[in-house]
Amino acid sequence: MREQAHTLPSGTLTAQRRRVRTGSGGFGRHFLVAALLPAIILVVWQWAGSTGRVSPLLLPSPLAIGEAFVRLSLSGELFIQLWHSLVRASTGVFYGSLAALLLGGIVGLSRTVRKLVDPSLQLLRLTPSLATAPIIILWFGFGETSKIVIIGFGAFFPLYMSMVQSILGVDSKLTEVTRVLAFGRGKQLTRLVLPAALPGILSGLRLSIAYGWLGLVVAELLGSQSGIGYLMSHAQTNSQPEVIFVGVIIFAVMGKLIDLFVVTIERRLLRWRDSFTGN
Amino acid sequence: MSTSSSLLNIQGLDKSFQTEQQSVQALRQIELDVKEGEFVTVIGPSGCGKSTLLRIIAGLDTGYEGSVKLGGQPITGPGIDKGFIFQEPRLFPWLTVEKNIAADLSLRDKDVRRRVDELIELVKLKGFEQAYPKALSGGMAQRVAIARALLRNPRILLLDEPFGALDAFTRAHMQEVLLDIWERNGTTMILVTHDIDEAVFLGNRIIILKPRPGEIRGRVTVDLPYPRKKSSAGFQEFRYKVLNEFERIDELAFGEAGAGI
Ligand SMILES: Nc1ncnc2c1ncn2[C@@H]1O[C@H](COP(=O)(O)OP(=O)(O)O)[C@@H](O)[C@H]1O
Ligand SMILES: [Mg+2]
Repeated sequence: MREQAHTLPSGTLTAQRRRVRTGSGGFGRHFLVAALLPAIILVVWQWAGSTGRVSPLLLPSPLAIGEAFVRLSLSGELFIQLWHSLVRASTGVFYGSLAALLLGGIVGLSRTVRKLVDPSLQLLRLTPSLATAPIIILWFGFGETSKIVIIGFGAFFPLYMSMVQSILGVDSKLTEVTRVLAFGRGKQLTRLVLPAALPGILSGLRLSIAYGWLGLVVAELLGSQSGIGYLMSHAQTNSQPEVIFVGVIIFAVMGKLIDLFVVTIERRLLRWRDSFTGN
Repeated sequence: MSTSSSLLNIQGLDKSFQTEQQSVQALRQIELDVKEGEFVTVIGPSGCGKSTLLRIIAGLDTGYEGSVKLGGQPITGPGIDKGFIFQEPRLFPWLTVEKNIAADLSLRDKDVRRRVDELIELVKLKGFEQAYPKALSGGMAQRVAIARALLRNPRILLLDEPFGALDAFTRAHMQEVLLDIWERNGTTMILVTHDIDEAVFLGNRIIILKPRPGEIRGRVTVDLPYPRKKSSAGFQEFRYKVLNEFERIDELAFGEAGAGI
């Protein structure tokens, strides 16, 4: 039992806690340092605006943007449009990732389908989504469908790629173990392939959501009757530059929040991997 | 423990691998009969075909010539009647110790639950049921792998240098754990090693292989009672016997090399 003494689970728990604590202490200082530059820029920016050195039509001052933000929030407009954008993005990402999971799963598992389908998809993947958007609009019109398709198209490839890669990358030594233990086809999938591929699938999903969010911006700016993008193009025609800036900020902040959310889920699901990779 | 009836029978086994330029003969004319409940150790320098032999018995490698039968039936593929322990534990990193042992079986099944608990006791891992493989030392992880194989009640357990990656103390401890399991369960075992002490300490019988091509060069029956003491005179005697066989192999290899000059 000699070798067990130094690996008691309780010892590892304290090690984990210690890691978290030093991590958060570092985070506070990091945040202050990182916030320094934006703070200086904000002050200079506001000063340039209030002294009339920069035209408010080109660059509205931070205070004007803040005012627009408060006004749009109080009227509820901001949240309504944000809701539209979120629903639209989620729908597109949902369909795009569903297609990626199914197709990527089949392509990863079947050599025949892989040879048949993958080369074409690889070609399609390299086509920039900005270039495909006009074609999608041509085919699906200016309605909601084309927006969902643009978002879904953007979300599809990152997840498809990592789905195929992570299924192909399953450790052949573990595959051999499942042969020796005579796993059935179903158990082979649920106990080996899926868990082994999960880290790759999740990081693919994370990219997919980011690409879907990009697709949303493209779709809404190319013409839309609702959403944050609509708010922005509407403001453009009505010369309300501060609203455009509110839109940009919302896109950035929401993108970051969604990413944080996915990372949190990732941590939860991959506890077996993360818990002892510290140091 | 009945040691009379034959469990594994190998006759005239030839195996060669085709590589791009050449064909490598890994095994030549292997003859081996293992009786129910026996503990056979296979020893030989690296590259002499030890792993290949075990993989063929396990049904992992096919495409050989000769006859390999388990319980009178030709081996057609892997199956739970043939347990296999690799040099690395090869645990599923996303499963806890007890789920690794259960593997494709469900712990909610009462019978599986009871057997897993018994095996955890047997391989001395009580208290680590919920630990993930990352938290285990090499010796503990290998014990999980052994429990995982034993849960399937294999007719034969094949171990390919299972303790080769462990430090000397852990290895000695693992050898005792394995002997304990063998004495309690009576599972037939074939263990491959390149450690002479290990071969003598564990085996009823030692099969000595020589490389290029892999052939059986000697068989030593170790009629020492268990538990064996590595420092005892009897143990040393068998050690020398095996060493002698190795020296014969060396002379042979040297002779062949000399002839080439
Ligand atoms: N998959 C393979 N393809 C080609 N040659 C192989 C393969 N596996 C083993 N060999 C060759 O067969 C011989 C025996 O290998 P192996 O059984 O692994 O030896 P050992 O386990 O005794 O070290 C070696 O010469 C090795 O190069
Ligand atoms: Mg080997």
